[in-house]
Amino acid sequence: MSTVEDYVARIEGACGEEKDVIVIFKYDKKEEAVKRILSKASLKNNLAGIIFELTFQGLSFRVYSSGKAIFRSIKSKEELHSILAALLL
Amino acid sequence: MHRAVHTLSQEATDLHENSREKVAQFINAGDSAEVIFTRGTTEAINLVAYSWGLRNLKQGDEVLLSLMEHHSNIVPWEILSKLNGFKIKYANVHGDGTLDYEDFEGKFSDKTKIACLSHVSNVSGVVNDAKRIAKAAHEHGALMLVDAAQSVPHMPVDVRDLDVDFLAFSGHKMLGPTGIGALYGKKALLEKMEPFQGGGEMIREVSYSKEKEHCGISWNDPPWKFEAGTPNIAGGIALAEAIKYLQRIGMAEVLKHEKMLTEYAVKKMQKCCTKLRLYGTTDTSMKCGIIPFGVEGLSSHDVALFCDNYGIMVRSGFHCAQPLHQIFKLQSSARASFYIYNTVDEVDRFVEVLKEIEQF
Repeated sequence: MSTVEDYVARIEGACGEEKDVIVIFKYDKKEEAVKRILSKASLKNNLAGIIFELTFQGLSFRVYSSGKAIFRSIKSKEELHSILAALLL
Repeated sequence: MHRAVHTLSQEATDLHENSREKVAQFINAGDSAEVIFTRGTTEAINLVAYSWGLRNLKQGDEVLLSLMEHHSNIVPWEILSKLNGFKIKYANVHGDGTLDYEDFEGKFSDKTKIACLSHVSNVSGVVNDAKRIAKAAHEHGALMLVDAAQSVPHMPVDVRDLDVDFLAFSGHKMLGPTGIGALYGKKALLEKMEPFQGGGEMIREVSYSKEKEHCGISWNDPPWKFEAGTPNIAGGIALAEAIKYLQRIGMAEVLKHEKMLTEYAVKKMQKCCTKLRLYGTTDTSMKCGIIPFGVEGLSSHDVALFCDNYGIMVRSGFHCAQPLHQIFKLQSSARASFYIYNTVDEVDRFVEVLKEIEQF
Protein backbone atom coordinates (compact mmCIF):
# COMPACT_ATOMS: atom_id res chain seq x y z
CA MET A 1 0.00 0.00 0.00
CA SER A 2 1.36 3.42 -1.02
CA THR A 3 2.19 6.12 1.50
CA VAL A 4 2.78 9.89 1.20
CA GLU A 5 6.50 9.18 1.70
CA ASP A 6 6.51 7.10 -1.48
CA TYR A 7 5.84 10.28 -3.43
CA VAL A 8 7.48 13.04 -1.37
CA ALA A 9 11.25 13.55 -1.39
CA ARG A 10 11.23 16.43 1.06
CA ILE A 11 9.22 19.33 2.42
CA GLU A 12 10.82 22.74 2.90
CA GLY A 13 9.73 26.05 4.34
CA ALA A 14 9.62 28.55 1.46
CA CYS A 15 12.40 31.08 1.92
CA GLY A 16 10.89 34.55 2.27
CA GLU A 17 7.27 33.54 2.03
CA GLU A 18 5.54 33.44 5.37
CA LYS A 19 4.12 30.03 6.27
CA ASP A 20 4.40 28.70 2.71
CA VAL A 21 5.75 25.21 2.30
CA ILE A 22 7.26 23.65 -0.79
CA VAL A 23 6.66 19.96 -1.37
CA ILE A 24 9.22 18.33 -3.63
CA PHE A 25 8.12 15.06 -5.16
CA LYS A 26 10.49 12.17 -5.77
CA TYR A 27 12.05 12.35 -9.23
CA ASP A 28 10.72 9.01 -10.40
CA LYS A 29 7.28 9.64 -8.91
CA LYS A 30 6.76 13.28 -9.81
CA GLU A 31 4.69 12.74 -12.94
CA GLU A 32 2.41 10.29 -11.16
CA ALA A 33 2.10 12.64 -8.18
CA VAL A 34 1.16 15.63 -10.35
CA LYS A 35 -1.33 13.48 -12.31
CA ARG A 36 -2.99 12.21 -9.12
CA ILE A 37 -3.26 15.72 -7.68
CA LEU A 38 -4.72 17.13 -10.90
CA SER A 39 -7.32 14.35 -10.97
CA LYS A 40 -8.53 15.13 -7.43
CA ALA A 41 -8.24 18.91 -7.05
CA SER A 42 -10.26 21.59 -8.87
CA LEU A 43 -8.36 23.58 -11.46
CA LYS A 44 -8.65 27.36 -11.14
CA ASN A 45 -5.92 28.42 -13.55
CA ASN A 46 -3.27 26.82 -15.71
CA LEU A 47 -0.26 28.43 -17.33
CA ALA A 48 1.21 26.53 -20.29
CA GLY A 49 0.87 23.22 -18.46
CA ILE A 50 3.63 24.36 -16.12
CA ILE A 51 1.83 26.05 -13.21
CA PHE A 52 -1.54 24.77 -12.02
CA GLU A 53 -3.53 26.79 -9.52
CA LEU A 54 -5.80 24.39 -7.66
CA THR A 55 -8.26 24.15 -4.79
CA PHE A 56 -8.91 21.13 -2.62
CA GLN A 57 -10.99 20.95 0.54
CA GLY A 58 -11.13 24.75 0.62
CA LEU A 59 -7.37 25.08 0.34
CA SER A 60 -5.75 26.97 -2.53
CA PHE A 61 -2.34 25.78 -3.73
CA ARG A 62 -0.12 25.51 -6.78
CA VAL A 63 1.41 22.49 -8.46
CA TYR A 64 4.27 22.69 -10.95
CA SER A 65 4.87 20.20 -13.73
CA SER A 66 8.51 20.01 -12.63
CA GLY A 67 7.28 18.03 -9.60
CA LYS A 68 6.78 20.59 -6.86
CA ALA A 69 3.83 22.07 -5.02
CA ILE A 70 3.52 25.18 -2.89
CA PHE A 71 0.93 25.24 -0.14
CA ARG A 72 0.01 28.44 1.62
CA SER A 73 -1.25 29.01 5.15
CA ILE A 74 -0.60 25.48 6.32
CA LYS A 75 -0.97 25.34 10.10
CA SER A 76 0.94 22.18 10.90
CA LYS A 77 2.91 19.25 9.49
CA GLU A 78 -0.01 17.00 10.37
CA GLU A 79 -2.44 19.13 8.35
CA LEU A 80 -0.11 19.06 5.33
CA HIS A 81 0.38 15.30 5.62
CA SER A 82 -3.35 14.75 5.76
CA ILE A 83 -3.93 16.91 2.64
CA LEU A 84 -1.12 15.17 0.76
CA ALA A 85 -2.55 11.79 1.73
CA ALA A 86 -5.97 12.80 0.42
CA LEU A 87 -4.44 14.09 -2.83
CA LEU A 88 -1.92 11.35 -3.52
CA LEU A 89 -3.35 8.11 -2.16
CA MET B 1 51.03 17.97 2.85
CA HIS B 2 53.68 20.14 4.53
CA ARG B 3 54.34 17.31 6.98
CA ALA B 4 55.66 14.36 4.99
CA VAL B 5 58.93 14.25 3.07
CA HIS B 6 57.96 11.89 0.28
CA THR B 7 57.54 12.99 -3.33
CA LEU B 8 53.74 13.10 -3.52
CA SER B 9 53.55 15.15 -0.35
CA GLN B 10 56.07 17.62 -1.73
CA GLU B 11 54.19 17.90 -5.01
CA ALA B 12 50.88 18.46 -3.19
CA THR B 13 52.49 21.09 -0.95
CA ASP B 14 53.98 22.94 -3.91
CA LEU B 15 50.67 22.92 -5.81
CA HIS B 16 48.76 24.09 -2.74
CA GLU B 17 51.18 26.90 -1.91
CA ASN B 18 51.42 27.96 -5.57
CA SER B 19 47.62 28.21 -5.51
CA ARG B 20 47.86 30.51 -2.51
CA GLU B 21 50.35 32.66 -4.46
CA LYS B 22 47.91 32.81 -7.36
CA VAL B 23 45.02 33.89 -5.11
CA ALA B 24 47.26 36.53 -3.50
CA GLN B 25 48.30 37.86 -6.89
CA PHE B 26 44.67 37.92 -8.11
CA ILE B 27 43.59 40.31 -5.33
CA ASN B 28 47.00 42.07 -5.24
CA ALA B 29 47.86 41.02 -1.69
CA GLY B 30 51.41 41.98 -0.75
CA ASP B 31 52.28 38.53 0.58
CA SER B 32 50.79 35.06 0.09
CA ALA B 33 50.91 34.67 3.89
CA GLU B 34 47.98 37.11 3.89
CA VAL B 35 45.74 34.54 2.17
CA ILE B 36 44.04 31.92 4.32
CA PHE B 37 42.13 29.15 2.61
CA THR B 38 38.63 28.65 4.04
CA ARG B 39 35.49 26.76 3.05
CA GLY B 40 34.11 29.99 1.63
CA THR B 41 33.08 33.53 2.53
CA THR B 42 30.96 32.47 5.50
CA GLU B 43 33.80 30.59 7.17
CA ALA B 44 36.19 33.46 6.40
CA ILE B 45 33.93 35.97 8.17
CA ASN B 46 33.45 33.57 11.08
CA LEU B 47 37.23 33.21 11.28
CA VAL B 48 37.60 36.97 11.77
CA ALA B 49 34.69 37.07 14.23
CA TYR B 50 36.11 34.31 16.42
CA SER B 51 39.88 34.74 16.01
CA TRP B 52 39.89 38.51 16.21
CA GLY B 53 36.47 39.51 17.54
CA LEU B 54 36.19 37.05 20.42
CA ARG B 55 39.36 38.46 22.00
CA ASN B 56 39.14 42.10 20.95
CA LEU B 57 35.47 43.05 21.26
CA LYS B 58 34.07 43.76 24.69
CA GLN B 59 31.23 45.58 26.42
CA GLY B 60 31.22 49.23 25.35
CA ASP B 61 32.67 48.48 21.92
CA GLU B 62 30.71 48.82 18.70
CA VAL B 63 30.62 46.89 15.43
CA LEU B 64 29.25 48.70 12.41
CA LEU B 65 27.35 46.82 9.70
CA SER B 66 24.97 47.84 6.92
CA LEU B 67 21.38 46.66 6.46
CA MET B 68 22.22 45.22 3.05
CA GLU B 69 24.51 42.52 4.45
CA HIS B 70 24.12 38.85 3.66
CA HIS B 71 23.17 36.96 6.82
CA SER B 72 26.70 35.54 6.93
CA ASN B 73 27.98 39.04 7.68
CA ILE B 74 25.32 39.66 10.33
CA VAL B 75 24.84 36.42 12.24
CA PRO B 76 28.47 35.78 13.36
CA TRP B 77 28.58 39.30 14.85
CA GLU B 78 25.18 38.92 16.53
CA ILE B 79 26.26 35.59 18.05
CA LEU B 80 29.48 37.16 19.30
CA SER B 81 27.65 40.21 20.60
CA LYS B 82 25.59 37.92 22.86
CA LEU B 83 28.81 36.39 24.20
CA ASN B 84 30.89 39.54 24.65
CA GLY B 85 28.23 42.20 25.15
CA PHE B 86 29.35 44.71 22.52
CA LYS B 87 26.85 46.75 20.51
CA ILE B 88 26.10 46.34 16.80
CA LYS B 89 25.04 49.40 14.83
CA TYR B 90 23.37 49.08 11.44
CA ALA B 91 23.79 51.73 8.75
CA ASN B 92 20.76 52.51 6.62
CA VAL B 93 20.18 51.60 3.00
CA HIS B 94 18.12 53.84 0.71
CA GLY B 95 14.90 52.56 -0.87
CA ASP B 96 16.75 51.99 -4.15
CA GLY B 97 19.17 49.62 -2.43
CA THR B 98 22.12 52.01 -2.37
CA LEU B 99 24.10 52.54 0.80
CA ASP B 100 23.42 55.62 2.90
CA TYR B 101 27.06 56.70 3.15
CA GLU B 102 26.29 59.65 5.42
CA ASP B 103 24.49 57.38 7.85
CA PHE B 104 27.31 54.80 7.74
CA GLU B 105 30.02 57.39 8.28
CA GLY B 106 27.93 59.18 10.93
CA LYS B 107 27.67 55.98 12.98
CA PHE B 108 31.45 55.69 13.47
CA SER B 109 32.66 56.68 16.92
CA ASP B 110 35.72 56.05 19.05
CA LYS B 111 33.88 52.94 20.26
CA THR B 112 33.78 51.43 16.75
CA LYS B 113 36.26 48.58 16.50
CA ILE B 114 35.35 47.11 13.13
CA ALA B 115 33.16 48.02 10.17
CA CYS B 116 31.85 45.22 7.95
CA LEU B 117 30.39 45.82 4.51
CA SER B 118 29.44 43.91 1.38
CA HIS B 119 31.46 45.10 -1.60
CA VAL B 120 28.51 44.18 -3.84
CA SER B 121 25.00 43.44 -2.58
CA ASN B 122 23.95 39.88 -3.38
CA VAL B 123 20.34 41.09 -3.75
CA SER B 124 20.54 44.37 -5.67
CA GLY B 125 23.98 44.12 -7.26
CA VAL B 126 24.79 47.60 -5.94
CA VAL B 127 28.55 48.19 -5.71
CA ASN B 128 29.62 49.86 -2.48
CA ASP B 129 32.56 52.23 -2.17
CA ALA B 130 34.50 49.99 0.21
CA LYS B 131 37.57 52.22 -0.10
CA ARG B 132 35.63 55.22 1.24
CA ILE B 133 34.27 53.26 4.20
CA ALA B 134 37.72 51.72 4.90
CA LYS B 135 39.19 55.23 5.03
CA ALA B 136 36.47 56.34 7.46
CA ALA B 137 37.03 53.22 9.58
CA HIS B 138 40.76 53.84 9.82
CA GLU B 139 40.22 57.51 10.71
CA HIS B 140 38.28 56.25 13.73
CA GLY B 141 40.87 53.63 14.62
CA ALA B 142 38.58 50.79 13.47
CA LEU B 143 39.28 47.83 11.20
CA MET B 144 37.47 47.17 7.94
CA LEU B 145 36.14 43.81 6.76
CA VAL B 146 34.75 43.45 3.26
CA ASP B 147 32.45 40.64 2.15
CA ALA B 148 33.68 40.33 -1.42
CA ALA B 149 31.71 37.20 -2.37
CA GLN B 150 29.93 39.15 -5.11
CA SER B 151 32.81 41.39 -6.20
CA VAL B 152 35.98 39.28 -6.53
CA PRO B 153 34.33 36.99 -9.15
CA HIS B 154 32.97 39.89 -11.18
CA MET B 155 35.41 42.81 -11.21
CA PRO B 156 39.05 43.71 -10.58
CA VAL B 157 39.63 43.83 -6.81
CA ASP B 158 42.83 45.22 -5.33
CA VAL B 159 43.04 44.80 -1.56
CA ARG B 160 45.94 47.23 -1.25
CA ASP B 161 44.14 49.93 -3.18
CA LEU B 162 40.98 49.40 -1.11
CA ASP B 163 43.18 49.37 2.01
CA VAL B 164 40.87 46.94 3.79
CA ASP B 165 42.01 44.84 6.74
CA PHE B 166 40.05 41.71 5.89
CA LEU B 167 38.37 40.57 2.67
CA ALA B 168 36.46 37.33 2.17
CA PHE B 169 35.32 35.49 -0.95
CA SER B 170 34.22 32.09 -2.28
CA GLY B 171 35.50 29.86 -5.06
CA HIS B 172 32.16 28.51 -6.26
CA LYS B 173 30.99 31.94 -7.44
CA MET B 174 34.03 32.32 -9.72
CA LEU B 175 34.07 29.05 -11.68
CA GLY B 176 35.85 27.18 -8.88
CA PRO B 177 34.47 24.30 -6.84
CA THR B 178 32.30 24.49 -3.73
CA GLY B 179 33.96 24.20 -0.33
CA ILE B 180 36.88 26.52 -1.04
CA GLY B 181 37.29 30.23 -0.49
CA ALA B 182 39.74 32.64 1.00
CA LEU B 183 40.23 35.26 3.64
CA TYR B 184 42.67 38.06 2.99
CA GLY B 185 44.04 39.66 6.16
CA LYS B 186 46.79 42.18 6.68
CA LYS B 187 49.87 40.30 7.85
CA ALA B 188 50.44 42.41 10.96
CA LEU B 189 46.88 41.67 12.12
CA LEU B 190 47.08 37.96 11.35
CA GLU B 191 50.30 37.67 13.32
CA LYS B 192 48.60 39.09 16.41
CA MET B 193 45.44 37.02 16.08
CA GLU B 194 44.80 33.74 17.88
CA PRO B 195 43.94 30.60 15.88
CA PHE B 196 40.38 29.87 14.71
CA GLN B 197 40.38 26.11 15.17
CA GLY B 198 42.83 23.69 16.75
CA GLY B 199 44.44 20.69 15.08
CA GLY B 200 47.33 19.71 12.89
CA GLU B 201 49.42 22.15 10.84
CA MET B 202 48.33 25.23 12.84
CA ILE B 203 50.79 24.46 15.66
CA ARG B 204 54.56 24.68 15.83
CA GLU B 205 54.97 22.65 18.97
CA VAL B 206 52.89 20.77 21.52
CA SER B 207 55.02 19.75 24.48
CA TYR B 208 53.75 17.89 27.51
CA SER B 209 55.00 18.88 30.93
CA LYS B 210 54.71 16.05 33.42
CA GLU B 211 55.10 18.43 36.36
CA LYS B 212 52.34 20.78 35.22
CA GLU B 213 50.21 18.03 33.65
CA HIS B 214 49.70 20.39 30.78
CA CYS B 215 50.62 20.77 27.11
CA GLY B 216 52.44 23.96 26.16
CA ILE B 217 51.53 24.97 22.61
CA SER B 218 53.07 27.45 20.21
CA TRP B 219 51.33 28.46 17.00
CA ASN B 220 52.54 28.18 13.46
CA ASP B 221 52.97 31.37 11.40
CA PRO B 222 50.11 32.80 9.32
CA PRO B 223 48.48 31.62 7.14
CA TRP B 224 48.92 28.06 8.48
CA LYS B 225 48.03 29.20 12.01
CA PHE B 226 44.46 29.52 10.73
CA GLU B 227 44.29 26.29 8.72
CA ALA B 228 43.77 23.46 11.19
CA GLY B 229 43.62 19.94 9.84
CA THR B 230 44.14 18.61 6.35
CA PRO B 231 43.24 21.42 3.98
CA ASN B 232 41.05 21.23 0.88
CA ILE B 233 44.10 20.70 -1.35
CA ALA B 234 42.16 19.88 -4.51
CA GLY B 235 39.82 22.82 -3.89
CA GLY B 236 42.70 25.29 -3.58
CA ILE B 237 44.34 24.02 -6.76
CA ALA B 238 41.01 24.17 -8.64
CA LEU B 239 40.39 27.72 -7.39
CA ALA B 240 43.79 28.77 -8.73
CA GLU B 241 42.94 27.21 -12.12
CA ALA B 242 39.63 29.14 -12.17
CA ILE B 243 41.58 32.32 -11.45
CA LYS B 244 43.99 31.60 -14.30
CA TYR B 245 41.01 31.17 -16.63
CA LEU B 246 39.45 34.46 -15.48
CA GLN B 247 42.78 36.25 -15.80
CA ARG B 248 43.11 35.07 -19.39
CA ILE B 249 39.78 36.83 -20.10
CA GLY B 250 40.67 39.78 -17.89
CA MET B 251 38.53 40.94 -14.96
CA ALA B 252 37.85 44.29 -16.64
CA GLU B 253 36.37 42.34 -19.58
CA VAL B 254 34.31 40.17 -17.21
CA LEU B 255 32.83 43.31 -15.65
CA LYS B 256 32.23 44.92 -19.05
CA HIS B 257 30.37 41.85 -20.34
CA GLU B 258 28.17 41.63 -17.24
CA LYS B 259 27.34 45.33 -17.34
CA MET B 260 26.40 45.06 -21.01
CA LEU B 261 24.08 42.11 -20.29
CA THR B 262 22.57 43.84 -17.25
CA GLU B 263 21.87 47.05 -19.14
CA TYR B 264 20.37 45.10 -22.04
CA ALA B 265 18.25 42.94 -19.72
CA VAL B 266 16.97 45.87 -17.64
CA LYS B 267 15.91 47.81 -20.74
CA LYS B 268 14.28 44.78 -22.35
CA MET B 269 12.48 43.75 -19.14
CA GLN B 270 11.15 47.30 -18.72
CA LYS B 271 10.09 47.54 -22.36
CA CYS B 272 8.52 44.11 -22.87
CA CYS B 273 6.98 43.20 -19.53
CA THR B 274 3.90 44.89 -18.12
CA LYS B 275 3.43 43.13 -14.78
CA LEU B 276 7.10 43.16 -13.87
CA ARG B 277 8.61 45.18 -11.05
CA LEU B 278 12.34 45.76 -10.82
CA TYR B 279 13.58 46.29 -7.28
CA GLY B 280 16.40 48.62 -6.34
CA THR B 281 18.29 50.90 -8.64
CA THR B 282 18.36 50.10 -12.35
CA ASP B 283 21.32 52.42 -12.91
CA THR B 284 23.86 49.96 -14.25
CA SER B 285 26.73 52.35 -13.56
CA MET B 286 26.13 51.62 -9.86
CA LYS B 287 25.72 47.88 -10.00
CA CYS B 288 26.97 44.49 -11.17
CA GLY B 289 25.09 41.78 -13.05
CA ILE B 290 22.24 41.18 -10.60
CA ILE B 291 18.59 42.12 -11.24
CA PRO B 292 16.06 41.58 -8.45
CA PHE B 293 12.46 41.55 -9.67
CA GLY B 294 8.91 40.39 -9.09
CA VAL B 295 5.86 39.61 -11.21
CA GLU B 296 2.51 41.01 -10.10
CA GLY B 297 0.28 38.35 -8.54
CA LEU B 298 2.99 35.71 -8.37
CA SER B 299 5.42 34.70 -5.67
CA SER B 300 9.13 34.66 -6.40
CA HIS B 301 8.97 30.85 -6.19
CA ASP B 302 6.27 30.74 -8.89
CA VAL B 303 8.57 32.76 -11.14
CA ALA B 304 11.60 30.60 -10.37
CA LEU B 305 9.72 27.33 -10.88
CA PHE B 306 8.26 28.56 -14.17
CA CYS B 307 11.69 29.69 -15.44
CA ASP B 308 13.16 26.37 -14.28
CA ASN B 309 10.88 24.61 -16.73
CA TYR B 310 12.80 26.34 -19.53
CA GLY B 311 16.23 25.67 -18.05
CA ILE B 312 16.53 29.22 -16.75
CA MET B 313 17.79 29.36 -13.21
CA VAL B 314 16.77 32.35 -11.14
CA ARG B 315 17.02 32.44 -7.38
CA SER B 316 13.87 33.08 -5.32
CA GLY B 317 13.31 33.97 -1.69
CA PHE B 318 15.19 36.55 0.34
CA HIS B 319 18.65 35.43 -0.71
CA CYS B 320 19.89 35.29 2.90
CA ALA B 321 19.40 39.06 3.13
CA GLN B 322 16.14 39.51 5.00
CA PRO B 323 16.84 43.02 6.40
CA LEU B 324 17.27 44.39 2.86
CA HIS B 325 13.95 42.83 1.85
CA GLN B 326 12.37 44.59 4.84
CA ILE B 327 13.69 47.87 3.40
CA PHE B 328 12.25 46.94 0.00
CA LYS B 329 9.00 46.02 1.84
CA LEU B 330 9.05 42.61 0.20
CA GLN B 331 8.38 39.07 1.37
CA SER B 332 10.83 37.85 -1.24
CA SER B 333 12.22 38.55 -4.68
CA ALA B 334 13.31 36.69 -7.78
CA ARG B 335 16.87 37.40 -8.88
CA ALA B 336 18.37 37.15 -12.33
CA SER B 337 22.15 37.17 -12.40
CA PHE B 338 24.74 37.00 -15.14
CA TYR B 339 28.27 35.77 -15.59
CA ILE B 340 30.76 35.44 -18.40
CA TYR B 341 29.01 32.43 -19.95
CA ASN B 342 25.67 34.23 -20.46
CA THR B 343 24.67 35.74 -23.78
CA VAL B 344 22.29 38.34 -25.21
CA ASP B 345 20.27 35.49 -26.77
CA GLU B 346 19.76 34.01 -23.33
CA VAL B 347 18.50 37.36 -22.04
CA ASP B 348 16.05 37.47 -24.97
CA ARG B 349 14.83 33.96 -24.11
CA PHE B 350 14.52 34.93 -20.44
CA VAL B 351 12.35 37.95 -21.28
CA GLU B 352 10.16 35.78 -23.55
CA VAL B 353 9.59 33.41 -20.62
CA LEU B 354 8.76 36.37 -18.34
CA LYS B 355 6.20 37.59 -20.89
CA GLU B 356 4.66 34.12 -20.86
CA ILE B 357 4.43 33.98 -17.08
CA GLU B 358 2.68 37.34 -17.07
CA GLN B 359 -0.27 35.60 -18.74
CA PHE B 360 -1.01 33.66 -15.54
